[in-house]
Amino acid sequence: MKQYIRKYFYGDYGEGRNGAADISTGQAKQEWPLWEVFIRSRQGLDHKHVGSLHAADAQMAIENARDVYTRRMEGVSIWVVESKHIHASNPDEAESFYDPANDKVYRHPTFYDLPDAVKHM
Amino acid sequence: MNTIDLEKQFQDKIDREIRIEPRDWMPEKYRQTLIRQISQHAHSEIVGMLPEGNWITRAPSLRRKAILLAKVQDEGGHGLYLYSAAETLGITRDQMYEQLHSGKAKYSSIFNYPTLTWADMGAIGWLVDGAAIMNQVPLCRASYGPYARAMVRICKEESFHQRQGFELLLSLSKGNEAQRKMCQDAINRWWWPSIMMFGPTDDASPNSEQSMRWKIKRFSNDELRQKFVDMIAEQVKILGMTLPDPDLKWNEARGHYDFGAINWEEFWQVISGNGPCNKQRLDTRRKAWEDGAWVREAAAAHAAKKAARAQQHAA
Repeated sequence: MKQYIRKYFYGDYGEGRNGAADISTGQAKQEWPLWEVFIRSRQGLDHKHVGSLHAADAQMAIENARDVYTRRMEGVSIWVVESKHIHASNPDEAESFYDPANDKVYRHPTFYDLPDAVKHM
Repeated sequence: MNTIDLEKQFQDKIDREIRIEPRDWMPEKYRQTLIRQISQHAHSEIVGMLPEGNWITRAPSLRRKAILLAKVQDEGGHGLYLYSAAETLGITRDQMYEQLHSGKAKYSSIFNYPTLTWADMGAIGWLVDGAAIMNQVPLCRASYGPYARAMVRICKEESFHQRQGFELLLSLSKGNEAQRKMCQDAINRWWWPSIMMFGPTDDASPNSEQSMRWKIKRFSNDELRQKFVDMIAEQVKILGMTLPDPDLKWNEARGHYDFGAINWEEFWQVISGNGPCNKQRLDTRRKAWEDGAWVREAAAAHAAKKAARAQQHAA
């Protein structure tokens, strides 16, 4: 029997559509929710997505993220967000979605042909 | 678009080395193959904690104890990276645990062998982790993005595992007669199971070809095994020990070491549940899962209570 389970997966977000979550066995049980983990590796850099984990609440997610993703001083700051709160663009629509930027080469500095004599530009 | 076109498009992406991400279209068989492989790999990391965990309290020095603790903790972490990667394919964590506990899912058969002496900690690091690394490095370029990313992280951490194992054996090899004997004995017991870790020979491995076409696998079982044998046959000389294979010798024409026949009967026996520790390992995992049930429930109840309280405050 096929059933669409109520679960949100990493990279698999958005309202009403559970994407990959089409599996034929089992039921969504009392699993702890899934969290996405973002880590700032040092001051001055962005937080970067590093992976996901299960935890009962945000506090536990942060502590588990420390143990799972920063055992070798990989981070100075951790963000966690429950996976179901992330919305993502649809890969099936990527072509039309990013189309507006596709023909605007003049947005890049290399588009402009200047004499070599021009310095510092 | 019909399935044939989608599949062509998919294979074309793979051929151009474009990674597949969770929400991209993929053939059902690709998804299933990955779920099986990644979850097996995750289970292996988790079950792999058991034979070594067995020695943490008996490590001969504080230094060795700290190292072993760190290594076993890494393995727990590696299991989690991999479970997360598998979950992106649409299987839940609990389903994977269920498959492990019911015996439906397999894990690396190497962990069904017992760890009898302290030297086994060295042999596992050097041989077992060495073989694992040989397998894992090409997986960093696997076509499925989340899997490849997990493998990059794992490989970075794994290298200390192998080095500490070799260092441990090196100390024993410079020790007294009893220590040298213990070292050789561990190598003797772990050698054959280690080279079995690469899986059946290429002609007995029916899924390999498809996995290579999908770029989940980059090298065949026999290629990797040969590479491993060549590497270890040299390293063992530095230990002043030997490998328990009378047929092992350098073949000038091939540019590789020849080695003796592998006992595949033993391999299949252990995989199908008849290894020395299969039952013990699974019993331990099941017990841990069952004994932890109240913790999982209590944490969930606590979180629910806190959330309700926060909502009341907000209202």
